[in-house]
Amino acid sequence: MKLAAESLVLVRGSRTIVDGLSFAVQAGRALALTGPNGVGKTTLIRAIAGFLTPASGTIRLDGGEPDLTLAEQSHYIGHLNGMKSSLTVEENLAFWALYLRDATAVALQDRVSDALAGFELDVLRDIPAGYLSAGQKRRLGLARLLVARRPVWLLDEPTVSLDARSTELLAAAVDRHTESNGIVIAATHLALGLSRTDELQLSPHRAVA
Amino acid sequence: MRGAFATFVALVRRDLVLAVREGGALGTALGFFLIVVALMPLGLGPDLNLLSRIASGVLWIALLLAALLSLPRIFEADYEDGALEVMAMGELPMEMVAAAKSLAHWISTGIPLALMAPMLGILLNLDLASAPVLVATMLAGTPAISFLGSIGAALTLKARRGGLLLALLVLPLYIPTLIFGISTVNAASLASDSFWPSFAILVALSLGSAVLGPIAAAAAVKFQIQ
Repeated sequence: MKLAAESLVLVRGSRTIVDGLSFAVQAGRALALTGPNGVGKTTLIRAIAGFLTPASGTIRLDGGEPDLTLAEQSHYIGHLNGMKSSLTVEENLAFWALYLRDATAVALQDRVSDALAGFELDVLRDIPAGYLSAGQKRRLGLARLLVARRPVWLLDEPTVSLDARSTELLAAAVDRHTESNGIVIAATHLALGLSRTDELQLSPHRAVA
Repeated sequence: MRGAFATFVALVRRDLVLAVREGGALGTALGFFLIVVALMPLGLGPDLNLLSRIASGVLWIALLLAALLSLPRIFEADYEDGALEVMAMGELPMEMVAAAKSLAHWISTGIPLALMAPMLGILLNLDLASAPVLVATMLAGTPAISFLGSIGAALTLKARRGGLLLALLVLPLYIPTLIFGISTVNAASLASDSFWPSFAILVALSLGSAVLGPIAAAAAVKFQIQ
């Protein structure tokens, strides 16, 4: 399996953000997107997630499920966590486990338990998500990665508001994912301490007048 | 296909649970409905014949306005907390997501408003014999409010304080439902032959909007989350 982008051009409004970018990530590898603020890391990740249609160029997942789009085989963790404050931690994860149906035969309840354990949310399982601290909410958002098995993880600043321990949990989850031949693309300016990681340095695009 | 149906049901159920737990939307809509109807006799004077003649029309218009208040909630909360983006990456097509959320809106807002109408009708000296017909037309007509309203809700997602814009966008779309809702009630009270044709058109409007509304709303949502 390989995620490949070829001569990708991304435009927002009249601004060209990414111009002629090509890269490939092999199964079992993580790609860290680095570069200064505003360089287009979020835009690139959102394009891979299918929210933004490239002005030209292609993004492909070779060797994935032929019937599914790239977005349907990806997890996207953006700036928002996508969790309901009036549902409990467990209810939130159970909904996404059902909604993001995965291909494995693992029972829904087990997937939720694994996700709770993976980000040490067990003790919080019956608490409404609205009562969590910012860091706990972020862990809940990240736990979505584990409720459904999807080969591509797209992480946009995943370590925001995480403490050191939680960052380790995330690094461990990412590590297990690449070990089982998953693909991770992460925009972060904190080193996650990931093994099997390549780096893609984005540089500001100079608009040609 | 079975999986898609289970996902659809899960989404409807989640929206209903949220509507119950967060409560505010339905309370506001019902309260608004009550206030608008209660203001009518104060403004028009205590002429019972006049009030009972216009009761069904006033109730229908007040119901439209009350439902309008709660329309932004179809997509807004999920847009603001990022859940809509995750839904866009699921296997359920965005059209079905929009349909599920509109259906949940109808169940949590349209049905309670319709059931409350005869009680408010007492304030307007509504002929109680026509109350069942009024409720029937409202139950048949309110799906159009939710499904057409979802288009406006999706289009105004990014607009700050988009409520007024939403009203301007969707109220014109409700005109056919309003016309045939009232004409069905009138036909029933006159025992005229046109009851069933009017009622059938009212149902057809709801069914048509249940098909077309989600398609348009999904296109708008996809554009908004770019």
